[in-house]
Amino acid sequence: MANDAVLGRAPARRAAPGAAPGLPAAWRLVGNPWLITLAAALAVVAAWQATGTTPRAVASLWQWLPALLRGLWVNIEISVLAVALGTAVGLVFGALSLSPVHAVRVAVRCYVQAFRNAPILVLIYFTTYVFPFEMHLVQWTFPFPDWVKVVLGLALPTSANVAEIFRGAIQSIPAAQWEAAQSLAFRRGQIFRWVVLPQCVRRMLPPWMNLYASITMSTSLASLVGVHDVVDTAQIASNTVARTDFTILVYFTLLALFFAYCYPIARATRALERRQATTGPTP
Amino acid sequence: MKRDDIPLAGLAPAADTVTPAAAPLVHLQDVHLSFGDNAVLKGIDVQVRRGEAVSIIGPSGSGKSTVLRCITGLLRPQRGEIVVGDTLVHTLHTEAALIALRKRVGFVFQQYNLFPHLTVLENLVIAPTRVVGRDRAEARNEARALLDKVRLSHKENAYPGELSGGQQQRVAIARALAMRPELILFDEVTSALDPETVGEVLTVIRDLVKDGMTCVLVTHEMRFAEEVSDRVYFTEAGRIVEHGPAAQIFGDPRSPRTREFLQRALGEGPRTRETPASPPLAFNQLRFAL
Repeated sequence: MANDAVLGRAPARRAAPGAAPGLPAAWRLVGNPWLITLAAALAVVAAWQATGTTPRAVASLWQWLPALLRGLWVNIEISVLAVALGTAVGLVFGALSLSPVHAVRVAVRCYVQAFRNAPILVLIYFTTYVFPFEMHLVQWTFPFPDWVKVVLGLALPTSANVAEIFRGAIQSIPAAQWEAAQSLAFRRGQIFRWVVLPQCVRRMLPPWMNLYASITMSTSLASLVGVHDVVDTAQIASNTVARTDFTILVYFTLLALFFAYCYPIARATRALERRQATTGPTP
Repeated sequence: MKRDDIPLAGLAPAADTVTPAAAPLVHLQDVHLSFGDNAVLKGIDVQVRRGEAVSIIGPSGSGKSTVLRCITGLLRPQRGEIVVGDTLVHTLHTEAALIALRKRVGFVFQQYNLFPHLTVLENLVIAPTRVVGRDRAEARNEARALLDKVRLSHKENAYPGELSGGQQQRVAIARALAMRPELILFDEVTSALDPETVGEVLTVIRDLVKDGMTCVLVTHEMRFAEEVSDRVYFTEAGRIVEHGPAAQIFGDPRSPRTREFLQRALGEGPRTRETPASPPLAFNQLRFAL
């Protein structure tokens, strides 16, 4: 809800510099809600430091923060790898879903439907137990760590969703564009490469970024199969400190960390969508 | 052969100004085409000589646009012969053969169909460079010259979405010209435009006809068809009802169907006659009229 409220303000703030050119820059900075929040937080911390009344929970949190951030980095790594892998596979499957061969289309359709409609937690358990914990290849033994399995588990729904986004983007290009390119003597492959694909990339970017944000949030499930991510670190911290107020505080911190990472992506997505709505393709 | 006996605006040439010996550039004979059970073309015969402007007029749904799509191989008739130059279009089956044909035949669509992700200049350059393999710098120079010709040189870096309908349609004409076609097909190119911008597009087409480009126009702009065409075909329900020199079709139609159609088309809402000397009425002047 706070999210919506801030989003709603965004256009108004964008318009502000033009609407009130006489307003001094410093005054506008003072009105920034993010700065106000930051200043208030700093003031409280300074007050605690000065009077020596810092609550125990806050002090513990400060101690644990580096570990939490290291944990968050694991989540980010997993999300980037999963989405990279899922996108690569998804683009291939999306292209196959437009294949002229009926059997291929049906097979891809089954894959997409199966993994788009599967709960992500189930997929993570599925990949965790389907794959062995190490692999033997001739005389070498490779470990198969849990975080790789989580990457695979998250890459499955990503690929299914990317395939669908890609198919939708291709089909949203009007048939008239194909006809126009044909009349200019383009070959089928050339039309795809020079006319259809470039238009698809623009259309795919916002839903793809949404997907990335949602996969990042799902990486929090990795802790359930033993990956030392930010949620796992929070659990360890909460058990070690063993104070109710610290436990509440640490999970609030987790919320704030995920928000701080995912919210800018959501903002960027909206900005892209807005730009495409105003100057974008209008066939 | 190039025409050098172009009359000034408003007068169509008499039939005998075209040498009868000239072999037609486009020749359609007994073309039949149906979509499922819906017969759209029921035996169409059309001939277009090199350097000639031919208009196809008729009520909506009479198959006018379908004829154009058959000429450039976008649609395949079930029966009949289509010849463009020395190419037997109705026998083409491979993509390569159709591409060889389309390099020679330009097509301008009712809805412009520009490539929205490319600038105006890139829209003109992409086909000559990617399809014909022409040198990029040369193609850009030629594109600039064409934009100048359609009076849009100041818009070369704009995107199609930033242009008005009339401007987009002029870019589309320039895009077709960039392939140096022998023949251009115009498919109701002013039907999607507001009356303000129809004139600027017609001016461009009029210039092309004067330059001797072979043009086939499907149009609802009767006055323009009368002024610019050498010959006119009147189609109805998938058949050619009547054809002949523009002056005869518009001045003395033989078929009662043609007469009736023209009466309705020209009687209702008389359109202002577009000539290069009289530009379309500016919008603010229209407000005074109200």
